[in-house]
Amino acid sequence: MAHPIFFHHVLKGIHNGARLIVVDPRRTESAQWADRWLGLNVGSDIALANAMGREIIAAGLANQAFIDRATENFEAYKATVEPYTLERAEELTGLPAEAIREVAHAYARADRAMISWTLGITEHHTGADNVLSLISLSLLTGHVGRYGSGVNPLRGQNNVQGGGDMGAIPDRLPGFQNIERDDAARAKFEQAYGVQIRNRSGLNLTQMFNAMEVGALKYLYIIGENPAQSEADVSRTRELLDNLDFLVVQDIFMTKTAEFADVVLPGTASWCESDGTVTNSERRVQRTRKALDPPGEARDDQWIIGQLAKRLGYDWGEPSSEEIWDELRSLSPMHTGMSYARLEELGGIQWPCPEDGHPGTPIMHERLWQNPIGGARCLFVPVEDRPPFEALDAEFPIRLTTGRRLESYNTGAQSNLYSSPLHKGEFLELCPEDALRMNLEEGEIVRVSSRRGSVEAPMRVDTALRPGLAFMTLHFPDQVDVNQLTIDAVDEKSGTAEFKACAIRVDKIIEADRVETAELEVELVAGD
Amino acid sequence: MDIKLLNVAPTEEERDAVDLLLGPPTSGWDGGERDALTDTRVADGGHEVREDRHLLLPALWAVQDRVGYISAPALNYISRRLTIPPADAYGVATFYAMLATEPQPPRVLHVCEDLACKCVGSDELIATLEERFGPEGAVSADGRSTWHRSPCLGQCDRAPAVLMMEAGLEPFTRTYAPASTAIALASLAEEELEGTQPAVPPQAGDESLRLLRRIGVVDPLSLDDYRANGGYEALRAAIALGPDGVIREVKDSRLMGRGGAAFPTGVKWEAVARQPARPHFLICNADESEPGTFKDRVIIEGDPFSLVESMTIAGFAMSAEIGFVYLRGEYPEAERALQNAIDQAYLRGLLGANVMGEGFTFDLEIRRGAGAYICGEETAIFNSIEGFRGEPRSKPPFPVESGVFQKPTAINNVETLVNVLDVIAKSGPGFSETGTEGSTGTKLFCISGSIVRPGIYEVPFGGTLRELLELAGGVPAGREMQAILLGGAAGGFVRPDEIDLELSFEAVRAAQTTLGSGVVMVFDETANMLKMLQRIAAFFRNESCGQCVPCRVGTVRQQESLARLANNKPRGGVETELALIAEVGQCMRDASICGLGQTASTAVESAITRLGIFAGSAK
Repeated sequence: MAHPIFFHHVLKGIHNGARLIVVDPRRTESAQWADRWLGLNVGSDIALANAMGREIIAAGLANQAFIDRATENFEAYKATVEPYTLERAEELTGLPAEAIREVAHAYARADRAMISWTLGITEHHTGADNVLSLISLSLLTGHVGRYGSGVNPLRGQNNVQGGGDMGAIPDRLPGFQNIERDDAARAKFEQAYGVQIRNRSGLNLTQMFNAMEVGALKYLYIIGENPAQSEADVSRTRELLDNLDFLVVQDIFMTKTAEFADVVLPGTASWCESDGTVTNSERRVQRTRKALDPPGEARDDQWIIGQLAKRLGYDWGEPSSEEIWDELRSLSPMHTGMSYARLEELGGIQWPCPEDGHPGTPIMHERLWQNPIGGARCLFVPVEDRPPFEALDAEFPIRLTTGRRLESYNTGAQSNLYSSPLHKGEFLELCPEDALRMNLEEGEIVRVSSRRGSVEAPMRVDTALRPGLAFMTLHFPDQVDVNQLTIDAVDEKSGTAEFKACAIRVDKIIEADRVETAELEVELVAGD
Repeated sequence: MDIKLLNVAPTEEERDAVDLLLGPPTSGWDGGERDALTDTRVADGGHEVREDRHLLLPALWAVQDRVGYISAPALNYISRRLTIPPADAYGVATFYAMLATEPQPPRVLHVCEDLACKCVGSDELIATLEERFGPEGAVSADGRSTWHRSPCLGQCDRAPAVLMMEAGLEPFTRTYAPASTAIALASLAEEELEGTQPAVPPQAGDESLRLLRRIGVVDPLSLDDYRANGGYEALRAAIALGPDGVIREVKDSRLMGRGGAAFPTGVKWEAVARQPARPHFLICNADESEPGTFKDRVIIEGDPFSLVESMTIAGFAMSAEIGFVYLRGEYPEAERALQNAIDQAYLRGLLGANVMGEGFTFDLEIRRGAGAYICGEETAIFNSIEGFRGEPRSKPPFPVESGVFQKPTAINNVETLVNVLDVIAKSGPGFSETGTEGSTGTKLFCISGSIVRPGIYEVPFGGTLRELLELAGGVPAGREMQAILLGGAAGGFVRPDEIDLELSFEAVRAAQTTLGSGVVMVFDETANMLKMLQRIAAFFRNESCGQCVPCRVGTVRQQESLARLANNKPRGGVETELALIAEVGQCMRDASICGLGQTASTAVESAITRLGIFAGSAK
């Protein structure tokens, strides 16, 4: 995983004696610190988790007391994982059965154990199921709701969590209040806002592009996102953006997406040019303070939105960020106790913090250990292994998985602006055996093709990979447009595309062919 | 923090040297042949491998000893084997003067240029080498040999000294002392030469000696000879006393540490013995690097079993099952003698599991230093043994609570440990009958410089410096004593009219000087004291580990100041310059975390205040 902030905490734990097991198809730099690395097949996470669950049950290591008091549907889970024997898991994951057994025992027998993940779990067409399979492991062993345990989806940025908390998800109002099912909450917002709120979820990102495709969505307002380079099957995305009737992009950089826009609104860098809060992976709300005036015609994002409202007929005045925050506190119970004064005093507070004087909540789900448990039982949701959407075949025999590198950030909108000796551009990474078999030299430009597109990229050998597995990133889309290759097979539950698994072919470029192709393109342009 | 390994392969020779120490690699990930089926699915490492970090310095030595320097691919291979970021390992390799990271010939002659050798003509020896062989670092026509200046080699009793180190499958290391220009040139030319024999103390044969009685009398390589001369009687007696009994006797003896700090040994041992954390460690500080000090070398070369036995008693008393002897890298003869003693002790059941059939375990291992004065500092030794740069740690926590590997650790000087044999033999109160109230027992003094019979002397505490000098024959006829350095470079000078000073910890403290490690270096009227001070200043500048700013910068300022005085170009007058030296010294004393910085100016300042060497020129 390329998550330096989180890993810096992990390293502290390691130096304090914590054991680390890394599960990743590639032996990454993180894996080099691990007591054990397991290089499973891309997309076989559920097979591994279910086999671990079965082994834990079979070995008598399940925490039956916790299962009885705090969970339900265990029998269904047990029945579902029963066929996932170590031998079958070895077939599905490519891992030695013995290694799976050992990691299952290590997890179950640990006094405290946590499972953390980033996009390697979620960017699959089975993303939500992958997460459910891991949650089941924590329920099975009772590694949840206590210090040093739990399941931790790691946010990739300083405020992804805050975005969700503020209601920037289709089915929730601020504070995760359900827009369809929670009538009281909706009524509360209607009263505060003085408008009617429909009890209907909005569209997620994937659904929006589908809506554009059928012409149901014609106007789009994008804030701080660069889908023209970050979406899977990016050719289709660009075509859809291009066909919109009207596109507004609000960003601090002139991104590829902004180039499609009818109107570009230059915003502010929130960490230094704007007052407000961010919420990090541990649910800690922290203050940010304005230190600089934004350059040129850039304006504070809060001001831009307020001015838009005004022109649409709603004059909110020009509230300070604290006034906006106090309104949120009045509507979102989990934020109610977090005044600016307390956030400042305590150096941030972890939600939920329902009232003034509440210390915040460092550990979630402690209620599961109360006697009797507080609230509802946790549900085991059994899930089945489903391999990646796109299978390998003779034409596209190599599995491409995409990811990130430590020194770069997403589409490079921010990290490619400065020069760094660590920026070496994009590569197709292959294992030494594959490079040798295909007679490729380090640095040689190769053609990489999938069913959706084709790009050229220099090849680099990496021993972290194994035969049949290739790796690329999305950091340098202007150089190599990797998302031309990826597949937008979408997880129906989460709306996330399967960036982590597609099928590709790698071809050596023969110069004579290249000339022919170039001529062909010229002809096409001429004939257009 | 990331482990950025290079994609470079070590030579067969380098790989073999490391694998002999660490065993063959177990997978493609730690340096073996990559298996595309298994290595791409599972890899182990983590804590298990990183726990071997303490093997870093031995691994670096393995390559240095085999090849003569540590190449980047070799360093990379060691890093891969031990899961250490190569930049980190490079930081360790470059910390030590005896480890080279740039190519150099396999044979290197180290030529001592320190105080005692300077007194007897090392400058001339170096000048002749420069003229007839070439400047420092010059390579012989066959590319096999070179020479370098070296700080004190610990051979002050037979100065001047040189040390030849030859890398190879069977590395060859030998001291020549006293060394003539002819010997130095012959060694560089790979001529067969007989090495220096273990030193025989001038008092050898004196029945009243306690610490030195066997040296020069018994065969240092024979366990049987040792036992025939009273060896291992103390361990037998200690076992009968039991661990608490041993500690009681050591406390009753009021034995003080002989490494320089004079801390009560029994108190230290009791503190370690009482620590609930396990395991306990015992370390013998044999990194005898104080210029002018050579007593530990003489003991280890001449009576190595006495150190093995006394450490076994200490381990037994403190429930420490693992002992290290941190031995300075410049002592090849001592290392061979001690390794032989350890091997024989294992063979006869006097080390290892079930020592003497009495059911307790004590394992003993030599860790070879690599040319760093600072590694004589106790917490720097911990870092060095653990495979880090030998930089001192802040105290507290003190070693008795958290020493090597963050475990309770007793660290004692060689001389201190060997005294324990006598404590057991005579009982604590019996031991304390010798010496003074505050300084019990006998003390070893390393007498060198302008003296008729230089060497190591054992005298009871409480005699005078005059008596000691007379024992060593005084200054040679026709010479006049100019100054005496007590305690080494970290000690201080006294005047010839002060030699009625009583030699005890309390008396020297009252006289505002120190016994330190027992150095007594005599300078006659021919010695250029300013040059000696400049050498001391250069020594501290080189040996400062650089961790604390006051010492890193202060040792440089001190040297610069002395250079200006030597060139008759004091900045703002001699008075101002001397005030600057005093202020820099005060700053280093106040704000350095370890003894090196705290004592880096004491000799220079004592020469100014006590000897008054600038008194004539002050304006």
